[in-house]
Amino acid sequence: MLNAIPTDWLFGLGGGLLIGLGGAVFLLGNGRVMGASGIIGGLVDGSGKSNLVERLAFLAGVFLVPVLLYPMFSEVNTHATTNIAVLIAAGLCVGVGTRLANGCTSGHGVCGISRLSLRGMVATVFYIMAGGLTVVLFRHILGVI
Amino acid sequence: MMRSLLALLSGGLFGAGLFISGMTDTSKVQGWLDVFGNWDPTLAFVMGGAIVPMAIAWLFTTGRKPIVGGEFPAPPEPKLGRNLVLGSVLFGAGWGLAGLCPGPAVASLSYGGWPHWVFFAAMLTGMALAPMARAQLDSAIPAE
Repeated sequence: MLNAIPTDWLFGLGGGLLIGLGGAVFLLGNGRVMGASGIIGGLVDGSGKSNLVERLAFLAGVFLVPVLLYPMFSEVNTHATTNIAVLIAAGLCVGVGTRLANGCTSGHGVCGISRLSLRGMVATVFYIMAGGLTVVLFRHILGVI
Repeated sequence: MMRSLLALLSGGLFGAGLFISGMTDTSKVQGWLDVFGNWDPTLAFVMGGAIVPMAIAWLFTTGRKPIVGGEFPAPPEPKLGRNLVLGSVLFGAGWGLAGLCPGPAVASLSYGGWPHWVFFAAMLTGMALAPMARAQLDSAIPAE
């Protein structure tokens, strides 16, 4: 177990670099901030009609590359809950919340913090604190997740 | 065409990074948030790793134009506000509950099984309802 931890950190760091590289391509190439919630949300509420194809192409990449990578890794388990009420409540909160805040982990977190955006930093502090409190409440006190 | 290819490349790198970093594994995300349990610091390495190339990219934008033309995004507004805070708290609560945020939700659709599709459908519903929620909020308590 102890030996497995640094490997996870290295994969985290390597994967993180790829995420940042993706954001750099979107910014330097297309002049756009790589925010997953904004890219998806613009398709859902119709506000992203003017660059529909760009959004779909981006999401196709996000969806398809893991399809190619999946067979190369053994034991990929996402450990997602099978509690439907929790999944629906969580999805609704993430959907409404990210659109209200105009960003999520990629837009506010990665792209915002890296340009020292106050909004990005404040959003990140609040969603991490809320996430931590939620896990404490629902895991350790209520025992739901 | 160029714009779409670059978007595909960017999304592909993003998807690969999310997959390799373990951020589509909900137990790693919840492990990071679970400071009173078996705390997992992996997410900090992912964030740190992502911020470095992104910060270099931002530095590179000064005095230049995007490859496809147009302009780079305007400097961020220093304006905070109720919607930013309330939205982030709501997002954080959902993130903690399921261990998924929008990027990993898309990246994990092909291999995560039905729970990921349920979460994804609920997230899209939330995104569709968001403009209404925002309007309701603004009429009840004006943002500023």
